[in-house]
Amino acid sequence: MTAALQVEKLKRSFGALPVTRDVDLTLERGARCALIGPNGAGKTTLVNLITGALKPQSGRVLLNGEDITASSQAERARRGLARTFQINQLFRGLTVLENLCMTVGERDGDCNNLWRAAGSKRGVIDEAIGYLESLRLTDDALKLVRELPYGRQRLVEIAIALAQKPRVLLLDEPAAGVPSSESHLILDVVAALDPDIAVLIIEHDMDVVFRFAKEITVLVQGAVFTQGTPAEIMNNEQVRAVYLGQEGHRGGHHG
Amino acid sequence: MAASKTTGAPARERAANYLAKRHRFRLAEALPWLIAIAVFFIFPTRMTFGSQVLVMVMFALSLDLILGYAGIVTLGHAAFFGVGAYTVGLAAARLEWTEPISGLFAAAIAAGLVGFITGWFLLRYRGLTLLMLTLATAILLQETGNLRSDISGGYDGLPGLTFKPLLGMFDYDLYGHTYYLYVLAVLAVVFYLVRRIVYSPFGQALTGIRENVRRMHAIGSPVHRRLVTVYTIAAAIAGVAGALFTQTNAYVTLTVFDFDNSAKVMVMLILGGTGRLYGAFVGAAIYMVLEDYFSKLSPTFWQFGIGLMLVLAVLFAPRGILGVFERFGNYLSERKRS
Repeated sequence: MTAALQVEKLKRSFGALPVTRDVDLTLERGARCALIGPNGAGKTTLVNLITGALKPQSGRVLLNGEDITASSQAERARRGLARTFQINQLFRGLTVLENLCMTVGERDGDCNNLWRAAGSKRGVIDEAIGYLESLRLTDDALKLVRELPYGRQRLVEIAIALAQKPRVLLLDEPAAGVPSSESHLILDVVAALDPDIAVLIIEHDMDVVFRFAKEITVLVQGAVFTQGTPAEIMNNEQVRAVYLGQEGHRGGHHG
Repeated sequence: MAASKTTGAPARERAANYLAKRHRFRLAEALPWLIAIAVFFIFPTRMTFGSQVLVMVMFALSLDLILGYAGIVTLGHAAFFGVGAYTVGLAAARLEWTEPISGLFAAAIAAGLVGFITGWFLLRYRGLTLLMLTLATAILLQETGNLRSDISGGYDGLPGLTFKPLLGMFDYDLYGHTYYLYVLAVLAVVFYLVRRIVYSPFGQALTGIRENVRRMHAIGSPVHRRLVTVYTIAAAIAGVAGALFTQTNAYVTLTVFDFDNSAKVMVMLILGGTGRLYGAFVGAAIYMVLEDYFSKLSPTFWQFGIGLMLVLAVLFAPRGILGVFERFGNYLSERKRS
């Protein structure tokens, strides 16, 4: 079976500073994988390389067996690679519903149409509202995104990724910046994701990581330090030394 | 919030209806057109000035499409106005192609082509870089005209152009009545096109690019293609406005490419309110009427009046005159609710 996402010997440096060093990573279909590592380990850079926001200096990225290393970010998204951002990237001046309709429209190529009224396709609106309902955002549908509390904005971020109908989903700290009283809501959503979607989650909260992930990749200074099941990682003395021990079991996260 | 949680189905219905009905014409939208028609009857001797106002409305409208909706900042929009103006000017002066309506199409194609080519290269950039590059485009076109003043007429321009009667029937009259109605009719057609685009899924994607281009890339939007498309359309419309400018004035000089012209149209649009369609109407009309009034009041110091107006607008109406109305409307509806 071809892997949903395969990263081969990915390499990237900023000036003299290597931030991604020969990273190999494989996500099978329906994978539940976590990427952990201390701050500055290059986790977000890796996500940016996979999604095409950054170009690697060498190495390959394969999506469902096809080489997409040369493809643009938008091209990768259209092929089923979706992401959420560590810091919200939303259409803040538009309503929540418009955020979702736009995503559905771009996914289906509707947005090439200059003539038809955007609201005339009831199917698009219903589908968009469907995503909002699944995340209990329906009551906020007509609010501007910037009027929502940050925690609910995080949910919109996830709703947009879902509306892309991805086959591979990269979640960059989905609960970052959300008060812990609300973060369970987001993590429940993450836990309930379609089992066919391959998911890679970057997360600092070790409870979440060990509960959610079937495999864990530890990134240290841009290179894969070790990979394994949650049990293996938990019992790995070196990981404890470089990461768990250093930041504590809870992973005191900042920025 | 807690109360509305129990009403899931109505909330869903309300949201869907809002989007489904948003593009419909509202009664208030008839207002600017009624005013334009009323002006025709009330000020029969000011029709040439009226035509100029309508031309600037169209020019500002084309800028709204790219600045207000797609978030493209440009200081070189006069380039397309100029290309349109010179297309009909040169066609009339050098080729004796003086039929006005086919001239508009030629101007739209020429300006659209220039928009497409320059946009293809420039729209990879944003912000200040784009600002400088668009400015440079207009200057380059102006200097090209200056270089070949044997063709363009240089800064003396192409004076005394004559055009064939409209549709072969309606001739130019001293007070410009014919041209006022002609420009108004063309503006109505152009406005309808722009309105369709703005409310289309493509128009939605443009606001997405304005709001967050990173997110647009991430959801798979061909951002560059979208920008070049809308830039080409806006250029074509600006070209039509330029062509009408030449036709109503019966002359054209290289000053149409001036930085002044690019800056003025932007000021008009911002004064009226960006991203609102009607901001172009309000801004262009108020700016030009005040400019006309001040320049008669004091031929030497009239720019002081314009400057004062801009300062007041920036202080009290940062989102344009329509923004003030919108805020006032929201205030009233909130008072009604409480």
